[in-house]
Amino acid sequence: MDVRRDDAAVGDGGPVTVDATGMLCPLPIIELAKAARGRAPGTELTVVCTDLAARIDVPAWARMTGHEFVGETETDGGAVALTVRLR
Amino acid sequence: MQTARMFLDASGSAPMTNRTLDAFHAGLADGWADPARLHTESRRARQLVDGAREAIAEILGSRPEQTHLTHSPHVGIERVIAGVDAARRGRERIVAAAIERDAVLHAAEYISGGHLTTVAVDAAGHVDPDALLRELEVPDVSLLAVQHGNHEIGTVQRLDRVADLAAVARVPLVVDATATIGHVEAPEHWDALVANPADWGGPAGLGVVALRPQTRWLPVWPEGDDWAPGGISVPAALAAAVALQERAETLEQTSTRLAGLIDTIRARAATWPGVDVVGDPVERLPHVLTFSCLYVDGEALLSRLDRAGIAVGSGSACTTSTLEPSRVLASIGALSHGNVRLGLHPGVTEADVDRLLALLPRVIAELREEAGAPELA
Repeated sequence: MDVRRDDAAVGDGGPVTVDATGMLCPLPIIELAKAARGRAPGTELTVVCTDLAARIDVPAWARMTGHEFVGETETDGGAVALTVRLR
Repeated sequence: MQTARMFLDASGSAPMTNRTLDAFHAGLADGWADPARLHTESRRARQLVDGAREAIAEILGSRPEQTHLTHSPHVGIERVIAGVDAARRGRERIVAAAIERDAVLHAAEYISGGHLTTVAVDAAGHVDPDALLRELEVPDVSLLAVQHGNHEIGTVQRLDRVADLAAVARVPLVVDATATIGHVEAPEHWDALVANPADWGGPAGLGVVALRPQTRWLPVWPEGDDWAPGGISVPAALAAAVALQERAETLEQTSTRLAGLIDTIRARAATWPGVDVVGDPVERLPHVLTFSCLYVDGEALLSRLDRAGIAVGSGSACTTSTLEPSRVLASIGALSHGNVRLGLHPGVTEADVDRLLALLPRVIAELREEAGAPELA
């Protein structure tokens, strides 16, 4: 997974997908937060989850950390893809 | 040094006082006979149950003859919803607040044959009156279920407004007061009410249902006793009544004191990074509080506090057998993980709260670090 440890801007601002399938709460949120670190405002991050609690947690995470929840779509494998836009 | 255990999960159960324990023992000694028979021993047992019912009714503001003891709050909820629904033949839909406890939603879903409509609540947990009005305007509603206060987030509903809407629509209002009786004054506006003695420090294994004189209710089971087929535990009834009287005697002082302790915890928890304090800060139960911690596994948090001698509750998905997120927390948009639910019983002191507040931020930070969670601002 493309996760860097420094605080310099990472990525090119294009959309990023985090695979959190098979993970139980709160791990998908932790992976999402790690992937968000250092990225430019406006970047869209999508986390793909099989633990459906993430449908509640991702919007709540966005509210608590000042980002914007964009929406969710279901994927073929019964997982859910949740997207946030960084601010 | 062995530190004393601290019980901060008094929601649905609470430690019994000596007076309640004495009442239970007296009930065992004097009320062992079957209250349904005709001899002197039975009459004595029956007098104890009748006295208990009257004492509870007085505090609920209900008529003793329409105050029924049943085997558990769940049984009470099921029977009251089934019976009120049966009396409203031809109206198929049950409307309930999205924040109702699972026992209410499951019973309503089953009894209505899947025709359950839930009404959204705002971020503080209050039922949206406009959404409620829209549902009640359709004339197919058999009953409305709205709780008095919430067992997880503590928010107390504006039942006078809800009852007005229900009365205009001529829909009976079933109020789940299982989290509130014994902690705040009983609500005034309801057609049927359910209460939980274990929640006010009485024994488990008992529920209370009260109906208004005008409430229509039909039995849905063939037994002779509509509410407690097979009879009720006399000692449990007696102890429940004594526990409630004891709470009622000191209701104002206790609720003011506990509300102050919760205010302290609310204010402090709100300063911890990545911690979301939920529920209405003012219109709430005095003794209940939930907050959720980002990036924290609720089950690990509970175990660690338990090892440190502190018992707290949780609404986290990870700690429930169903692996389903708490509907209550989902309904207000709160995190499904890392939840701590506190329920303060009257014996909790300021020193207890200090001990909790000293320990919690450290445990939260440790768990985040172990999970590799990013730093929070």
